[in-house]
Amino acid sequence: MEPVIELDNLEVRFGDRIILKKLNGSLTGRAIGLLGPNGAGKSTLINTLLGFHQPSSGTARIFGKDIRTDAKNVRGLLGYMPENDSFIASMSGVHFVRLMAELSGLPAEQAMERAHEAFFWVGLGEARYRNLGTYSLGMKQMAKLAQAIAHGPKVLFLDEPTNGLDPPARARMINLIQEIRDRGELRLILSSHLLRDVDECCDEVLILKDGRIAASCNLEEERRANRKFLELETRGANGTFTDAIESLGCETAAFPNGRIKLVMPDGVEIRQLYALAAAQNVQIRRLNHKRDSLEDIFLKAMEVPNGGI
Amino acid sequence: MAVFKHAYKGYDGPLTPAWSRFLVLPRYAFEEMRSSRFYSMFFLVSMLAPLIFALTIYIEHNLSALKMLQIRDVIEINSRFFLNFLGWQSMMAFFMAAFVGPGQISPDLANSALPLYLARPFSRVEYVLGKLSVLLILMSAMTWIPGLLLFILEASLEGGSWFTQNLRIAGAIFLGAWIWILLLSLLALALSAWVKWKPMAGGLLFGVFFVAAGFSGAINAILRTQWGNLLNLSHLIGAVWTSLFEQPMHRGSGAVFFRVHGEDVPTWCCWMALLAICALCLYLLSRKIRGAEVVR
Repeated sequence: MEPVIELDNLEVRFGDRIILKKLNGSLTGRAIGLLGPNGAGKSTLINTLLGFHQPSSGTARIFGKDIRTDAKNVRGLLGYMPENDSFIASMSGVHFVRLMAELSGLPAEQAMERAHEAFFWVGLGEARYRNLGTYSLGMKQMAKLAQAIAHGPKVLFLDEPTNGLDPPARARMINLIQEIRDRGELRLILSSHLLRDVDECCDEVLILKDGRIAASCNLEEERRANRKFLELETRGANGTFTDAIESLGCETAAFPNGRIKLVMPDGVEIRQLYALAAAQNVQIRRLNHKRDSLEDIFLKAMEVPNGGI
Repeated sequence: MAVFKHAYKGYDGPLTPAWSRFLVLPRYAFEEMRSSRFYSMFFLVSMLAPLIFALTIYIEHNLSALKMLQIRDVIEINSRFFLNFLGWQSMMAFFMAAFVGPGQISPDLANSALPLYLARPFSRVEYVLGKLSVLLILMSAMTWIPGLLLFILEASLEGGSWFTQNLRIAGAIFLGAWIWILLLSLLALALSAWVKWKPMAGGLLFGVFFVAAGFSGAINAILRTQWGNLLNLSHLIGAVWTSLFEQPMHRGSGAVFFRVHGEDVPTWCCWMALLAICALCLYLLSRKIRGAEVVR
């Protein structure tokens, strides 16, 4: 699949502070999740790809177009739904979306038609002539989505799209995002601190930590992989027990209260774990088969010292 | 209109030329202004002076009207006449800039709308150009366009030789008006970008004009110099205009705002000061018009 985003030693500095540290990688998914704790560099990465910040070194490409040398054409491919409230309060919803579509290059007539369509599609058809300042938080989020898609972008950046939404509104937003993804006409980049949103919408995930890529993973492949995931609940286990399991060739992640998650390679049997536990006087109180969730991937990535990749 | 299509679909239709997109902003701004009774009325009122000046030109060429009104020697159509016209209309343009200017950028900043504009194939320069053109178009319609129409009216009544002999006046109207409206537009936009509250931004435009004049007067009085005039916008523009219209500096011309008093600073210094103010406004705009704030 054609890469959506290629990061080529991308570094961004604000004064003396290095915010993004030589990022490298290629993202190809239909819907790419951008995860990371606060201050990891998610928003800076999005803003840099949008051309709001200049890279101090390196570059990135979106569908092969360089963000340094071809910034205007790059932005021609994009739709952007920002995290914060972003609109003109005194304008009606449809008027605002029409303006944004015209600025993206749509002729006035088409812009008007697509603004109406976008509003109906996000479920605000009846409210489209009301001033944006009178919209509720959920309606504002939908209006932001409408302006991001009205001009038919090739890549859609969604920054915390479910921020502040109540459960029904969140479900509606997630449904819309999934519908966009499944139609396959554009690629999604979803930045969120909510793992569930990313898990439900994305097939690839990029995890940032301290301005570095801590993990990059194809969720679709992870979901399909026939690997043996186990979750143990133990008593009396310490680092030696985990090391002993790893010596069998297992990947492990230790959690508080004696919880251990592990992936067993082919050829390793469960009874070998019991044998190890017996040898180290560790009780295995519970053993569940469990696949690696996005939460596990995220937590593992956060354990990597000094960022990672 | 296909509002029944409730599904997302991409767009692969025609696009407008990239160079023309900044004109979308003035179109939307004029749409909004058209719906305001105040702006429409003010614009109409500002057209009264050109009508009166046109009438004056007509009367000056109508012998029976002159005889009837007994004002044969009162009216003189010369560069002073056009300078007075420009001075008056520029004052009206100043009020228009104070009403319209603050509403250009401050709402976008107050509502954090800039990332939405700039995440498109639409640059910061195009954004400023779009907002600037709202004021430039509006004030052009109030200043040099009616000024040149008056010039053409006078030339048509006076004959071809008057036109060629006084072509400099047409140039002075055009250039003089452009200097003023460019300065005013940049000032209004810079204030609009830095002051999010519209009435405050409008008030500050008056403040820049009148407080700076008072300040320059104080400097002149305390330091016994005339260089304080470089802070006085009305002096600067007045000095440039009188040189463009080849009027004596001390007579003072134009409307009440643009009289040149006292000893003068060299005209080239006034030009440089105006350029410096424009450059400062552009710098202030470049600091504020950004897709994302950088916290260093």
